[in-house]
Amino acid sequence: MKYILMAYVNEGAWPKMTKAEQEQGAAAYMAYAEALTKAGVLAGSNRLQPSTASTTVRIANGKSQVLDGPYVDSKEQLGGYFLIDVPDLDAAISWASRCPAAGHGVVEVRPIWAMPA
Amino acid sequence: MNSRGGDEQARNTAEAVARRSYGKLIAFLAARTGDVASAEDALSEAFASALADWPRHGCPANPEAWLLTVARRKLVDVYRGHRRHEIAGDDLDGIAEGLGAAAIAAEIPNQFADQRLALMFVCAHPAIAAAIRAPLILQVILGLDAKAIASAFLTSPAAMGKRLVRAKEKIRQAGIPFRVPEREELPGRLDAVLDAVYAAFAEGWTDPGGTDVARRDLTDEAMFLARLVTELLPLEAEALGLLALVLHAQARRRARRGPDGEYVPLARQDPDLWDAQMIADAEALLLRASALGSIGRYQLEGALQSAHVDRCRTGRANWAEVVRLYDALFALAGSPVVAINRALAIAELHGASAALDAMPQVSADARLAEYQPYWAACAELLAKTAAYGEARQAYDIAIGLERDPAVRRFLQERRSTLDGL
Repeated sequence: MKYILMAYVNEGAWPKMTKAEQEQGAAAYMAYAEALTKAGVLAGSNRLQPSTASTTVRIANGKSQVLDGPYVDSKEQLGGYFLIDVPDLDAAISWASRCPAAGHGVVEVRPIWAMPA
Repeated sequence: MNSRGGDEQARNTAEAVARRSYGKLIAFLAARTGDVASAEDALSEAFASALADWPRHGCPANPEAWLLTVARRKLVDVYRGHRRHEIAGDDLDGIAEGLGAAAIAAEIPNQFADQRLALMFVCAHPAIAAAIRAPLILQVILGLDAKAIASAFLTSPAAMGKRLVRAKEKIRQAGIPFRVPEREELPGRLDAVLDAVYAAFAEGWTDPGGTDVARRDLTDEAMFLARLVTELLPLEAEALGLLALVLHAQARRRARRGPDGEYVPLARQDPDLWDAQMIADAEALLLRASALGSIGRYQLEGALQSAHVDRCRTGRANWAEVVRLYDALFALAGSPVVAINRALAIAELHGASAALDAMPQVSADARLAEYQPYWAACAELLAKTAAYGEARQAYDIAIGLERDPAVRRFLQERRSTLDGL
């Protein structure tokens, strides 16, 4: 089954980190992605720009309404995701618990809607 | 055979199979698809077919195999049909293969594997909300309907039905695996299963003396489940401890109500009314558990039951031992309920003022404000320290919070002993 691991993190923390800390943090994510690749379970991943770069769009009364900022205004924002292909939820949870974001934020595990073949 | 006799025999056979094998059949089918709800639907259709077919053609030699074969066919139809759009091709082939006639036929001669334990671990998976785990186990392992479960859990059948459906959807969509967890993760996962079985039994309600779990509608079912876990995991000390705890509480069931339905606290119960065999079984289980050398919450609670029973039977005060057990339990699972019972034991050993000092405070845990046994215990202790006004107030709150009329009357009588003081 395919699952997306969504990393919700406190964006405010990153700019406050020293350069060395940032490098260390980035290295942890690189190592994690490497481990996923080596295990043959990684189907895709991306890091996102901070939510200050977000724009929200919706159609209201036939007019598109464009707003600055993320959909949900909270301290923890979606900072990136890993798409993985594993046998079951336990395997997905096991990978989620190794994601660096689980240590400094929250990782949401969500199954992908499988398209019929 | 005439048709009426055939009907009756078919119904009796079907009922007997449902009683002994319902959970096994569901577990077997659901383990192959990861889908509990479809397994339930298919099995209930198979039972309906049996009631139509068996009176005409006679009951099959192996009714379980007959039901599995029919249910399997219905399940494959479902997956080839309307569920097709939700499932990727590979998965569909896998499901069809797992449900294949050959796969099932190969297992049936060996009385097909009992996968109820794996199914219980699915129901008590950390990804399933804790509050629905016990109802889920009662439904899928024992086949109880939402109405019966709802009444025991004090909610409406419609709400319970909805929550059960949602939980089964989650099991299927999230891909929760049907297996008994590996050795290293077993203890934590087993705790969740035991907690669910305990919730089916008691939901944590205790009497004003803190020693008797109130009688609930599903105690027999919970006892069956507790026994089932010990049969499938005979070397897990906490599973044995839970069964011992349940047996001890159940052994005193008859003594807990007087001839007019009035509530009888432990100290005033007649030990002759206790079920001696159940108590003996509970003691043997605790002994077996302690030999396994891993102490836990349920063994300690079982040991406390054992100490209370021993004191009442022999008249020998053992409050120092009881306080020690509560200390250990509090260190392990520091719940306010344990703290209340520990304070009541301290009252017997060191007096009511010492006990009041040991009582948890509402300011520290707001849930206490709505917990009847807390107020009843405070009232009892306050009365003993001659703080009659405060004791009356505490009784009033306790009476207002109680839902069992017999316990309410008991508390009212206790309060009336303070009249004029």
